Amino acid sequence: MLQFIAKRFGVMLLTVICLTFVVFFLTNLYPNLERLAKTQANNRMTDEQVASWLSDRGYTRNVFVKYGEWLGVVPGWKKEINEVPSGRCAVKGQAPEEWPTYCGAIQGYLGDSTVFREPVSDIISKRLGLTGYLMLWTFTLMVGLALIIGILAGMREGSKLDRGLSTFSIATTATPEYVSGVILIVVFASSAGGLKWFKGSASAAMDNPTFENFTLPVATIVLYGMGYIARMTRASMAEVMTSQYIRTARLKGVSFPGIVIKHALRNALIAPFTVIMLQFPYLLTGVVIVETLFNYKGFGWTMVQAASNNDIELLVGVSIVAVVVVLLTQLLSDIGYAFLNPRIRVS
Amino acid sequence: MERLTALEITGQVLAQLSPIWLALGLILFLSFFFKRRLGLYGQILEHPLGLIGVVIVMFWILVAIFADLIVTHDYLAQVSGMKNKGPGWAMPLDVLEAAKVSGTEIGSHYLLGGDNLARDIFSRVIKGSQIVLIIAPLATLFAFMVGVTLGLPAGFYMGRLDTVLSFLANLVLAFPVILLFYLLVTKDIVETGIPMMLAGFLFLFPIIFFCILMYTKYRTRPEILVPSFVVILVVGFWLYLTAVVTPLAQPESATGIAWNAFSGLVDYIRLFDMNSNMLNIFVSVVFVNSPTVFRIVRGLVIDIKTRDYVAAAQTRGESPWYIMLWEILPNTRGPLIVDFCLRIGYTTILLGTLGFFGLGFSPESPDWGNTINEGRKLLLIYAHAALPPAIALMSLVLGLNFLADGLREESLKD
Repeated sequence: MLQFIAKRFGVMLLTVICLTFVVFFLTNLYPNLERLAKTQANNRMTDEQVASWLSDRGYTRNVFVKYGEWLGVVPGWKKEINEVPSGRCAVKGQAPEEWPTYCGAIQGYLGDSTVFREPVSDIISKRLGLTGYLMLWTFTLMVGLALIIGILAGMREGSKLDRGLSTFSIATTATPEYVSGVILIVVFASSAGGLKWFKGSASAAMDNPTFENFTLPVATIVLYGMGYIARMTRASMAEVMTSQYIRTARLKGVSFPGIVIKHALRNALIAPFTVIMLQFPYLLTGVVIVETLFNYKGFGWTMVQAASNNDIELLVGVSIVAVVVVLLTQLLSDIGYAFLNPRIRVS
Repeated sequence: MERLTALEITGQVLAQLSPIWLALGLILFLSFFFKRRLGLYGQILEHPLGLIGVVIVMFWILVAIFADLIVTHDYLAQVSGMKNKGPGWAMPLDVLEAAKVSGTEIGSHYLLGGDNLARDIFSRVIKGSQIVLIIAPLATLFAFMVGVTLGLPAGFYMGRLDTVLSFLANLVLAFPVILLFYLLVTKDIVETGIPMMLAGFLFLFPIIFFCILMYTKYRTRPEILVPSFVVILVVGFWLYLTAVVTPLAQPESATGIAWNAFSGLVDYIRLFDMNSNMLNIFVSVVFVNSPTVFRIVRGLVIDIKTRDYVAAAQTRGESPWYIMLWEILPNTRGPLIVDFCLRIGYTTILLGTLGFFGLGFSPESPDWGNTINEGRKLLLIYAHAALPPAIALMSLVLGLNFLADGLREESLKD
């Protein structure tokens, strides 16, 4: 088991390094750098000005050198811009000679955002907290509702209840967040829909989440994510309900609710567990859409801001978090599956 | 001129769609009549959800085919006075007069209202179906070609090849989709040529796939093999050049005799209009989808290669690629067809996501994601602009999901 986990962590590290390099490479392509220069300095710079702006700040060097600097295995650049000594590892109030030679991801420094003008790690921890709160509610509601729907549909396969709930869960998987979000806003928040129960913007929810301003964003993600888990739960439940030991229990005279709760449920929940864990990466996409739609300035919103302004170091930081979340949930789902299902042995 | 009531709007929309009802009715009548002889398609018609799926998907296919008959206005025409007007408002009289004089036929009302640039929403949604229904299935097909061509050997040989390919697939899958789109589908990135290289790489797979397919089957019969190779290579590379090379010939800045000769040649050989923007979107969607297909195919192959008929083929001395393509692949078709339907829906959602973030398609493009994105900015005041494309997109994906569900249950029956 330990060997298995160690191996998985090795692969994970390799994946993170590869992906950060890909992000780094793509953001450091010249057209993207040009965009960065224009948003940072002046939108009407000539091509020569852009080139000199970029080379002054060390952007035009070899991408491997820059990546090495970011990683912290190549010494950070030092230079005088307009006769002020500056550099990647600059520390305020210290002479250039005292600055550390290496500063990068290995040393725990992820760089500074060019859009927000703050250290990347600060931005990410702040925004991740906001998104975490959104995720917490979403996930609790989504898993709870999906399991209830799936179990109710799967316990009597082919019944009217099953048909209705299955159709409902297919319908929710066919409605992406940007569609359901739009419909929910129109119905529940706009003057056209007339109900005006909730707020169509969640920007106030960042400081003070209330039922009124937080319901629609949560409901939007829950609706899309729920259907898939519910269908998996239904399939697994339906399979368990046809197995021999359930028939034995029925013949023994155990009541139907007793069978479902005591006998079927535990075995039926093994398969959906994996699906639930693997839903995390998809949630991330949903979160980006919902945060943009409802103007909730969390992690997804930050990613969109960073990407549209080509904020290199923030983008790399954001992608590390995203990738680690994906890989960790994969690992957790594998380990959890092995624990839940005694027939599976890792290694 | 006054406004139409909700009933009149519904009536006019239904009347406008009359070619569709006619065609749909005819097709359904014929398919029910010949149900017994239509195989899997006939079986789906017996499955209630599957039937609904077939009807919805067929509806949208017909809409895309007959779009030019259905639209009431030019989808780009801006009419002053119709900006953000709600559904059912009449066109200004002078516009109608001018249209009558010039002999163009236009509708007397904006059936579903006007958007923030005073264009007819109904016509835009109908026109948008063409873009969605061409790109989504084609991109899915390409993703399947790539996924199958790589997934078969990975599952069959396992070993180091599988380790490397699976690692790469997981790498792409671990990447947040939206970030990938932001990095790949920007207008600037076309200058670097990365989308072209990616397209050049991905579009090779169909040609490779069909060549191996023919070679393994007709290796000993050159009278079939040679003509089929000629056809595949000529048609394949012609399409390949049209898709991959023509966007290169478009930058206006490029001058010089060599460039002129080159773009002249390209104009001469091109089969369809592929601009760099469209190629960019297409490639990114294929790129995002193919790792998932790869994983599905690989899993199926690992399962199927232990079957007896594979062992029998090996004993006969068939080559590994023959076994993969002619013994294993046909037996994976059930799950693959189901996944194909689901994946077209997923691709439609992805295209919408691209439009939602304002990536890729040009702003005047009528595709649904784009129209939703335009409409959502004024959502709290004018709700009518974003709803029709949202419902259109939802219904198409829903239809595809129902169809997939019907296919799955019908194929499980045997």
